[in-house]
Amino acid sequence: MSFRRTLPQILIHLLLILFGISCIIPLISIISISLSDENSIIQNGYSFVPQGFNFSSYAYVLYKPLQLLSALKTSLIVSIVGTLISLIITAGIAYVLSREDYKYKSSLSFYVFFTMLFNGGLVPTYMLISKYLHLKNTIWVLILPYLAIPWFILLLRSFMQKIPHSIIESCMIDGASELRIFFKIILPLAKPGLATIGLFIVLQYWNDWWLSLLYIEKESLVPLQYMLYRMINNIEFLTSSTNAMPPGMNTSIIPAETARMAMAILAAGPMLVVFPFFQKYFVKGLTVGAVKG
Amino acid sequence: MAATKKKSRQFRKSFQLTMLALPAIIVIFIFSYIPMAGVFIAFKNINYEQGIFHSPWIGFDNFKFFFTSNDAWLVVRNTLGYNIVSIVVGTLLAIIFAILLNEIISRKALKVYQTVFFFPYFFSWVIIAYMAYSFIGPYGILTRFIEDLGFTSFDFYTETWIWPFLLSFINIWKGLGYISIIFYAGILGISQEYFEAAAIDGASKYQIIRKITIPLIMPLITIMTLLSVGKIFYSDFGLFFFVPREVGQLYPVTQVIDTYVYRMLRQSGDIGMSSAVGLFQSLMGFIIVLISNYLVKKVNDDNKLF
Repeated sequence: MSFRRTLPQILIHLLLILFGISCIIPLISIISISLSDENSIIQNGYSFVPQGFNFSSYAYVLYKPLQLLSALKTSLIVSIVGTLISLIITAGIAYVLSREDYKYKSSLSFYVFFTMLFNGGLVPTYMLISKYLHLKNTIWVLILPYLAIPWFILLLRSFMQKIPHSIIESCMIDGASELRIFFKIILPLAKPGLATIGLFIVLQYWNDWWLSLLYIEKESLVPLQYMLYRMINNIEFLTSSTNAMPPGMNTSIIPAETARMAMAILAAGPMLVVFPFFQKYFVKGLTVGAVKG
Repeated sequence: MAATKKKSRQFRKSFQLTMLALPAIIVIFIFSYIPMAGVFIAFKNINYEQGIFHSPWIGFDNFKFFFTSNDAWLVVRNTLGYNIVSIVVGTLLAIIFAILLNEIISRKALKVYQTVFFFPYFFSWVIIAYMAYSFIGPYGILTRFIEDLGFTSFDFYTETWIWPFLLSFINIWKGLGYISIIFYAGILGISQEYFEAAAIDGASKYQIIRKITIPLIMPLITIMTLLSVGKIFYSDFGLFFFVPREVGQLYPVTQVIDTYVYRMLRQSGDIGMSSAVGLFQSLMGFIIVLISNYLVKKVNDDNKLF
């Protein structure tokens, strides 16, 4: 290949690599801080390469992990239960909206779409959930509000519109009921779409701190992200008692700076592990989803 | 006889389909439509003894109170300012990145870019606040770097001027990969014939991009922009709440409508006024999206949102 043709390629790669690095480097920096030695951090500040190499921050975080485990439990329950229910609910309405022959298609579309344009605002929602539905300090408050997110409904609908109508028609001629068609034919056919939207929903639940910030005061229901938020300013939230140092660790120094970053890694980690499995679907999902509502 | 049979089948069909959609209809009704009915709180002077239904009506007093305060201009300016910057700069960069991605020949490299660009999208704002802290906190990499340059004890959290740049940067950075990939997917959807025909006619790369790629993904760009414009009165709460770590000194440049409403509700407990600000936010967003959709429709009917 001639120089005139390779030069632009090199420049393009350079630019994209630069942005790519900016996407990874913050992650690398918190990983290396979490592995660093607390004393050298305080002396030299943070750096991209670990200063020293030890797991004392993780040992500290995981020594009496009651708080951490309860936060992890809440996050897991909310993410798993929430995603399962949300996915089936979202798929249900998305399928109905994808059916051109559904009698109330346009009014139902409007019903869903309108909530993307206008909402009652924080205060009425807050009053409703805390004063009237009495959902405050229950696990349900972390799940219910995200069960039917309009944007995900629209994305999944565009997926389902790609399913040929003739398949549905031939099932109807065979006398299958709508419910049967949905569960036996549509859901299996829409698997890539469900995987994509499922990932979006998992991410929504796992990364959520908003609902817990508003509605959770009970310690046992605090999810990971919210716990992490409270630790931004105060590492003590991690360990309710002061004698929670692992044996053999210098008790005069709480590895606050490194432990904080270790916590961030523990909270971000699961999503980073899940991500590669979904990546294929994810890009494909955006391709299909990026059509108008 | 046949007609009634058909009719009843029709009815059964739409009934069953409605049942499928019903759970979502109920959830949306409870969490979106009931709160809409609650906007009347904005016109009341809420007190706890009488509850929200029996508290006295005060007309537009809550709104008056907000708009005559200094905060109104400040939070509206911050909200709109940050959003306009991120819409304009973010969209332009995303278009450029999408076009560049499309020029990449190596399939392998393309895959790596797509994966890596999504990283920021996967982090919650809390995690991003930690990442930001690792750069600009007291022990931060950037902080130490600046101090090494000769500035003694530099503190990002007291330097007000730097935050508009910092927050805009983080905001654009987080969404850029995601939007680029959406636009890139749009470019992939363009029929290859156009490009081939143009190449046969001897069009240059630049001409192809200007005359084919951009016009053909314009509907997509318009829709994405319209969606962001509709949210121009809303901000990413997490960005403005977590990243500046609630440092009060920075409020003049970090306070946006969302954080303002939250803090008013939580700290001063002013229910009437915070819901007035919330209603103002909702209404403005709604009006803006209607206007911009109307304008887009006038210029090119195909690009409209609805």
